[in-house]
Amino acid sequence: MKAFELVNPTDVSGAVSALTAAGREGKLLAGGIDLLSEMKEYIATPSIVVNLKAVSGLNKIESSAKGLKIGALVTLSDIAKHPTIAAKYTALAEAAESVASPQIRHVGTLGGNLCQRPRCWYYRDEHVICLKKGGSKCYAIEGENEYHAILGGGPSYIVHPSDCAPALMVLGASVDISGPKGNRTVSLDKFFILPTENLYKENVLEVGEIVTHITVPAPAAGTTSHYLKIRHKESMDWALSGAAVALTAKAGKVTSAKVVLSGVAPVPWRSPEAEKALIGKQVTTAIADRAGAAAVAKAKPLGGNAYKVPLTRNVVRLAVLHAAGVKG
Amino acid sequence: MAGWKSPSENTVLGKPTPRLDGPAKVTGRAKYAYDVQPAGLLQGKILRCPHGSAQIISIDTSAAERMPGVGAVIITAKPGDIMRFAGQELGGVAAKSFDIAQDAVRAIKVSYKVLPHVVHEEAAMKPDAPNVRGADPNTSTPNTRSTGDTDAAFQSAAAVIEGTYSCAVRTHNSLETHGTTCKWEDDTHLTCWASTQGVFSVRDDFAREYKLPPANIHVITEVMGGGFGSKFGAGYEGILCANLAKKANAPVKLMLNREEEQIAVGNAPSATVEVRMAADGDGNITAVDAKLHGTGGISGAGVPFPYIYKVGSTKISQISVFMNSGGQRAWRAPGHPQASFLMESAVEDLAIKLGMDPLELRMKNDPSKLRISQWREGARIVGWDRRNAKPGNGKLAGNGRYKRGLGCGAATWGGGGGGGSQCKVIISNDGSVDVEIGVQDIGTGTRTYCAMIVAEELGLAVSAIKTNLGKTSLGYGVGSGGSVTTGSTAPAVKRAAEAAKEALVSAVAAKMGVDTDQIELIDGKVIVKGESGKQVPFKKACSALGPGGVTGDGKWDASLQQNGVAGVQFAEVQVDTLTGLVKVIKVVALQDGGVILNPLTFTSQVNGGVIQGIGMALFEDRKMCQLTGRMLNANMEDYKMPGSMEMPEFVSIAFENPTAKGVSGIGEPPVIPTAAAIRNAVLNASGAALYHAPMTPGRVLDALAAGRKG
Ligand SMILES: Cc1cc2nc3c(=O)[nH]c(=O)nc-3n(C[C@H](O)[C@H](O)[C@H](O)COP(=O)(O)OP(=O)(O)OC[C@H]3O[C@@H](n4cnc5c(N)ncnc54)[C@H](O)[C@@H]3O)c2cc1C
Repeated sequence: MKAFELVNPTDVSGAVSALTAAGREGKLLAGGIDLLSEMKEYIATPSIVVNLKAVSGLNKIESSAKGLKIGALVTLSDIAKHPTIAAKYTALAEAAESVASPQIRHVGTLGGNLCQRPRCWYYRDEHVICLKKGGSKCYAIEGENEYHAILGGGPSYIVHPSDCAPALMVLGASVDISGPKGNRTVSLDKFFILPTENLYKENVLEVGEIVTHITVPAPAAGTTSHYLKIRHKESMDWALSGAAVALTAKAGKVTSAKVVLSGVAPVPWRSPEAEKALIGKQVTTAIADRAGAAAVAKAKPLGGNAYKVPLTRNVVRLAVLHAAGVKG
Repeated sequence: MAGWKSPSENTVLGKPTPRLDGPAKVTGRAKYAYDVQPAGLLQGKILRCPHGSAQIISIDTSAAERMPGVGAVIITAKPGDIMRFAGQELGGVAAKSFDIAQDAVRAIKVSYKVLPHVVHEEAAMKPDAPNVRGADPNTSTPNTRSTGDTDAAFQSAAAVIEGTYSCAVRTHNSLETHGTTCKWEDDTHLTCWASTQGVFSVRDDFAREYKLPPANIHVITEVMGGGFGSKFGAGYEGILCANLAKKANAPVKLMLNREEEQIAVGNAPSATVEVRMAADGDGNITAVDAKLHGTGGISGAGVPFPYIYKVGSTKISQISVFMNSGGQRAWRAPGHPQASFLMESAVEDLAIKLGMDPLELRMKNDPSKLRISQWREGARIVGWDRRNAKPGNGKLAGNGRYKRGLGCGAATWGGGGGGGSQCKVIISNDGSVDVEIGVQDIGTGTRTYCAMIVAEELGLAVSAIKTNLGKTSLGYGVGSGGSVTTGSTAPAVKRAAEAAKEALVSAVAAKMGVDTDQIELIDGKVIVKGESGKQVPFKKACSALGPGGVTGDGKWDASLQQNGVAGVQFAEVQVDTLTGLVKVIKVVALQDGGVILNPLTFTSQVNGGVIQGIGMALFEDRKMCQLTGRMLNANMEDYKMPGSMEMPEFVSIAFENPTAKGVSGIGEPPVIPTAAAIRNAVLNASGAALYHAPMTPGRVLDALAAGRKG
């Protein structure tokens, strides 16, 4: 790991100014689960590390009738075991619970989970200068791509690694951001960006900007949600494919549907096609399968990841049935 | 001299006994090579070539040498040398801290002429592939052999199958990585704490390297975190560590990291067979025509085929494929898990084609009487009659999303032991008992059974015996490879214990004024036969000994060991037909190992084998990228190994071999049949015929879709 200076600001504005002053040489440290491994592997080589954990007040879950306000430093295990989240924001609790291992969930934060960098094995290899690191090609296209994107890919084919993001998106969450130019709130739908927009980052954060809170509106009456994650190795693994689904139903018919996929696209992938297949319908196995088919209708596999097409179709189907409480 | 007692006569041996070093290991008190901290210790780091193939143009170490805290820089390659895989070693650095060592290695400027590489087996076999071995081709001269008349057998066959079966390269991933801590006591005496399967082979490598008498080298491995065949000899990292220590004039620790562990210190070769196989109407396998290849990277590869079955006629041709990746090393039963996967898959398919129960076909063609009894017993335990009569079709499979099925596979292995082992059992006049032998315990339970054997002979509790092992300053012990440790060590320990007992008894008898044959050692007491009531606690009796106590010396005795072990396994799996995920529900493993010293560590070896077999079946796959020439998953995240959620119900059975007279190790055989049994169970459950391991969700989904198309 390259030697660095550790800065310990005590409030958000201190963190913002330290990060802003450091510019491209700076990195924000939360739980460090991702950042430290990037540093150990020389993928990130900051000379200044700003320790967000020294900032107080960012580690609380506030729950009210309006919804949730979750500090960026709240750990994934705190989210997974929070009774209100499990009961009313089920997909989020399930997503947090599905991340990695208990040890990682005890340390990893929600802010860090949303802002973590991709796991692509080319991106993570110091000796490979891929498109995302300023090189000229995405090696996944002609190389080994079994874990890569089938939707929204190009020119880079990473998949977004976060499990919490899709769950938060179907629940309509947004993030509060503090930065050198002040504060802003961005809906998670608009937070993540495709490689076509910017190759070198996965979200809209500018230099010096910090996610301070994640807010989730209270779900409308009759809303149920579910996050289903398929991992090759159940003990601990990333999503081969996953789906977060939130359904609001009235008199047995779906009035609102949100479907966001994980493990298949460079961003948590919202599927309006799947949502459309559900709205106005009573959920049955056939309808759920139709939503699955719609979700992957535009999939463009690379070769090694073609299996993700039928898999994702089935994942959407199963997640929809589960969210609707229908036995499949 | 006496043989092993029968199980019913034993009080200690043959009884499940927890490993003696377990508490020290789980509490962190056990000191591994990694944990040793001699004063003034420097940290070592290796410089490696990042390219799949490259020629060194120049090496400039000046910046590294100038770095504060650097104790020594050593370069072992020179301009002009060709590096043949990404990860090949060029030298290394020792420095005050690991970070400085790493910075210094990164500061060494190597300029390379990058050469074309080939890292995929099929590509390496093509005539226009970049040449991996200089003048020699990428494929070895075929090793061919044949018996009988295959043509005639195919012509008259009742059923013929034809297919290509294969399995991927796997890496060892020992929890403790390779490496040593080396300390020169003076110019000609080296102490080395090594993570090794063979303290004496490490000693001899150093002795050769430095032209020193072996007695000048002291190698210590008191506990060890796994090697699985990849840790013999000092290795590049060991020699470099000792050289750095010499040059820096300070002790040096050099342990590999996870990435290095996967790219440079061994792997299990792949294996592929294109096979035609025939059977007659009675279910006799009449012909096997097989073309095999496999790659061990820059080293050769091979598997035994047609493995355990007796076959009417054979035509076998086998080649090694060389490519630009780290060389293979022995991996727990080298070649056998692959052979079992290839052969047992083909046998399963042949049985289906014949319309015969696959177990019946196996028993018909299995020449081993012992295994036939294991097949029978295993079938009973797993409930073989529950299996689906047709692949994917039956009560066990059901009609839902999850389908269950049963499969099986078999193993053979050598084991036994060899000569040379020297053991001492020392009884002191305070009643303490020490057993000393240089052999290392690689985690398999050697330390525990050494104490058990002595306890049995002396009528003591296991806790009364102290085992001192894993040191070249003690009597010779074998390297732990080929499952020979127990067969080589246990006989010497028994003979030493007998000799010590004899010496003790004669001293005690003299003191008590009775004949030696009247004395018995039972239950911590010395008892005079016949004269009831006359008994002395063991400790007290030992005061009859002189100040030096008594020492029994023991040598290996062939009559106490045996070679050749048999095993079978049955797997029950559940296939999720919507996701392609396979869950192993249960594995019934029957393993013979001759006379069983400790059923607890025996079954834990079997469990461990089954776990690694599940890894081979479902997860483990060393992935190389042809674009970069590099391994893609040199970590424990993308190189997937079974974790807690992947564990089946283990029904691991230490199979009592009724004719056994000798002991044998069984570290290797229980890994052999698991992958085959799982593959065949997946087929029985779901109708998905898989031809390649690991059987990933993607491959299972493909196979299910192919099955539906018919
Ligand atoms: C072996 C392994 C397996 C994993 N498996 C999964 C998985 O299955 N699913 C999954 O979702 N994740 C998984 N993770 C990732 C893990 O969940 C995240 O790395 C973790 O949540 C990150 O949290 P952290 O607080 O440690 O982040 P850090 O490592 O501290 O930060 C991660 C990144 O986000 C930035 N960052 C952190 N906080 C903020 C903030 N408040 N504002 C702006 N930027 C910020 C940092 O600068 C850094 O670039 C895995 C990680 C490992 C190592």
